[in-house]
Amino acid sequence: MKFGVVIFPGSNCDHDCYYAIQSVVGKPAAFIWHQETSLKGFDAIILPGGFAYGDYLRTGALAKFSPVMQAVRDFANKGGLVMGICNGFQILTEAALLPGALLKNVGRKYICKFLHIRAETTNTPFTNGLEKGQVLHIPIGHGDGNYFADEATLRELENNDQVVFRYCDAGGAVNASANPNGSLHNIAGILNAGRNVLGMMPHPDRSSEALLGSAHGKLIFESMVHALATAGR
Amino acid sequence: MKATVIVTLKPTVLDPQGMTIQRSVQSMGLDGVEDIRQGKYFEVRLREDVSAEQGTALVQRLAKEVLTNPVIEEYRILWESL
Repeated sequence: MKFGVVIFPGSNCDHDCYYAIQSVVGKPAAFIWHQETSLKGFDAIILPGGFAYGDYLRTGALAKFSPVMQAVRDFANKGGLVMGICNGFQILTEAALLPGALLKNVGRKYICKFLHIRAETTNTPFTNGLEKGQVLHIPIGHGDGNYFADEATLRELENNDQVVFRYCDAGGAVNASANPNGSLHNIAGILNAGRNVLGMMPHPDRSSEALLGSAHGKLIFESMVHALATAGR
Repeated sequence: MKATVIVTLKPTVLDPQGMTIQRSVQSMGLDGVEDIRQGKYFEVRLREDVSAEQGTALVQRLAKEVLTNPVIEEYRILWESL
């Protein structure tokens, strides 16, 4: 079982992800430079947070043209596990591997803080180790995390159980005051229709051990490990 | 040939930056501004050997596939001959 962490020019959570997988979860990880064209030997790919290409044009807009993204697309289309965290989520929506888009936060400010999200489904390779409705204490750090999709797309996401995480309060209630950035339906993370590609704005990589303020993020990586092990990887 | 591509958020998409600018305009005492929407502006100059037909297709593709995210934005192209 091997995890790959893609580095784009401007990624800055690549080492956080690598550390979480390699040292905290204890599974092999390797960095993948964005000029790579092959993902041979990898079982899961993580697109980390940061500011790929300086967020020029739009967040994630130029990263989708990096050579590695064609390989990520092929990998995802074959059912490989792909996880985009923060800027990684933005890149996956720009690349149309996930529906919708991430707009500027409604309050305009860059927000960096711990908050709560609720697991809406456990029927995913990323949340199989969680309980439905479980509240995770996890940090965000973004200026463009305001999830937007048109009505039809939102309906599809809801009907197909593709909303994985919603912003909530400490007690698990999903309401407007628990929504940090204006995301529609309080969405913090979604899956593709094939259920093998996850995008989420909060950072499990920054919350995988108690020393960092929370170890809840580790549950997400462990779910991936479980899914891969079950698939014989 | 030169093209100007103007990219704006779709009318259905909230524009927090435009709203903030409008509020600032109000607080500076400029009365009468009802709404401000922020967008992007690109100047594209084509190589001399590109024909008008090729250029039109080229800039349209550029606007559609690179400069705009079709989920949230739309574009218009203004042409100018050099």
